[in-house]
Amino acid sequence: MTAAVQPAPLDQPGERDRSYNFAFLDEQTKRMIRRSLLKALAIPGHQVPFASREMPLPYGWGTGGIQVTAAVIGPQDRLKVIDQGADDTTNAVSIRRFFRRMTGVALTTSTAEATIVQTRHRVPEAPLREGQVIVFQVPIPEPLRWLEPRETETRKMHAYAEYGAMHVKLYEDIARQGHIATTYDYPVLVNGRYLMRPSPIPKFDTRKLHRSPAIQLFGAGREKRIYALPPYTDVVPLDFEDHPFRVQSWRQACARCGATDSYLDELIVDDRGTRRFVCSDTDYCEGRMSTGQGRQGP
Amino acid sequence: MYVAAKGGEAAIDAAHDLLARDRRGDGAVPDLAIAQIRGQLSLAVDRVMNEGGLYDPDLAALAVKQAAGDLVEAVFLLRAFRTTLPRFGYSRPVETAAMQADRRISATFKDVPGGQLLGPTFDYTHRLLDFALEADAEPSEAPDRGSPAPTAGGDRLPQILDLLNQEGLIEAADGAGAEDGEPPDLTREPLRFPAGRQLRLQALARADEGFLLALGYSTQRGYGHSHPFVGELRQGRVSVEFVPPELGEPVVLGEVELTECQLVTQFKGSASEPPAFTRGYGLVFGRAERKAMAMALVDRALRAPDLGEPVTAPAQDEEFVLSHADNVEASGFTQHLKLPHHVDFQAELSHLRLLRAEAEGRAGEPDGEPAGENQE
Repeated sequence: MTAAVQPAPLDQPGERDRSYNFAFLDEQTKRMIRRSLLKALAIPGHQVPFASREMPLPYGWGTGGIQVTAAVIGPQDRLKVIDQGADDTTNAVSIRRFFRRMTGVALTTSTAEATIVQTRHRVPEAPLREGQVIVFQVPIPEPLRWLEPRETETRKMHAYAEYGAMHVKLYEDIARQGHIATTYDYPVLVNGRYLMRPSPIPKFDTRKLHRSPAIQLFGAGREKRIYALPPYTDVVPLDFEDHPFRVQSWRQACARCGATDSYLDELIVDDRGTRRFVCSDTDYCEGRMSTGQGRQGP
Repeated sequence: MYVAAKGGEAAIDAAHDLLARDRRGDGAVPDLAIAQIRGQLSLAVDRVMNEGGLYDPDLAALAVKQAAGDLVEAVFLLRAFRTTLPRFGYSRPVETAAMQADRRISATFKDVPGGQLLGPTFDYTHRLLDFALEADAEPSEAPDRGSPAPTAGGDRLPQILDLLNQEGLIEAADGAGAEDGEPPDLTREPLRFPAGRQLRLQALARADEGFLLALGYSTQRGYGHSHPFVGELRQGRVSVEFVPPELGEPVVLGEVELTECQLVTQFKGSASEPPAFTRGYGLVFGRAERKAMAMALVDRALRAPDLGEPVTAPAQDEEFVLSHADNVEASGFTQHLKLPHHVDFQAELSHLRLLRAEAEGRAGEPDGEPAGENQE
């Protein structure tokens, strides 16, 4: 009798499922994705078509991000996965489990400790640093898609940097509502050249992309496109001199940690519709709580 | 109290347990064997192989079982398996003219060389529930038909449309460039537009049957009308040949069952071309006539720009059809709306509050609600 082998703790590297190649994808596919990533990094903001594979998770769940992560991850990496800013949302759990099984890499919820952060809909509050990679899951990569449904047309518009239609759309918002109505997935101009969708992050997060020291990779699996921002790339939201870009802010602080500088989720906590506001970024919130910056909720 | 974010791990495990329990159903009823699904739900297996893009009846049957009969989910399982397989080459084009057909009909000619062979078909059944099937059957031989199922094509079974071609009344089959080296492969290259007919046919063969059926149907109702006739429909087995580079000559890898549909459609002619019949083509795995016919209708509709016809209907629009025909893509993106979107919704919520506050002439908002947007 031998003692049952205890699986390694999740924050340490552990065994992977050896019936699959490391990180699920075969090596040829990874090379294909890496070539697309290199091209994407060389032309910041430009959408590079890639031969997206079917993955064991559904389209819309982050197949593009998963393929990008699978192409760049190595055994020594430390992976963080978030959805809506939180590590413990079901989709983040599911993707994290997938990579644990297929790679055995160490997992973390700490933004600072992670070498790769895969995210859906948020950029962590804690600033990223050089050497980190953040992978965005992208549903619709084409910023001009709602203005022009045809790929054949939007490709030309990008080629000619013909982005007037987007400015007209933003102007029409202002004329009708007094404000630009795009509140997330806010269009940005990258490196002075390509119009890009930053994925459906709230515009609160848009500025974090600008000259970030981290490598920012965007994967759209169903639409079969990859794009990227190399470190320290200019990322400028479209706006007008008399209607400058603005982001959301809250009167309230986080009800848990008291943060006044984070994006807040609104919780309805009882049948009378009482609202509480807490950090969307759970790691940021936990970090502030554990260093004694939190405050007792009402 | 903090309710929203925690509990994902335990919830997923519990959900998977419930799913496994529901899939198994009543434990007092015997478990379904893969051989039963393959043998007795063979048309479901065929559909999963078609849209899954993989010819493997056993794995398709396993997928049907694992998906509890949800065929789109089973297609997804098969695709996710297929994606792990290495690619070592491309077979030679299969020769459907050499098919061992167990069904072969033409609607355009009363009799045809090689004969009409009805074969196994629902076409002329009365759709009355057969309550005899309710009883649990003991294992038995297949119903005795007195003789082996007839097959046609001991020799080559001529393609009926080629007979029209002898008169020059129909365009020649273009072969879609089948012999020109390696075919394009939409599972290895992202689809770009214009895609061309080879890639279109690939995409249509994997496309959702329901979507193709509706699109094909729409062309019969005036949205891109092309006056189709079933020139020939055949189903049966063909050999798959592969030429290993080190051998230099073809070896037979095995057989696959196929359904092929060749439509004859009108073409009014153009400045440079006299009027003639044109073709629409459908080819699918297994027995899937409805899919093969719908595919042929849509293939013909999508050829409108090549034939100089005006593009006025959805079925004629290559980008529209090919971008939305894949049910693994469509199912995923439709259902991803179930994933949490509260960050984006919060952004919309605070924007709406701001607009309403302004409309009501309020400068600020009550404490506890987002103050809207501050200039950065």
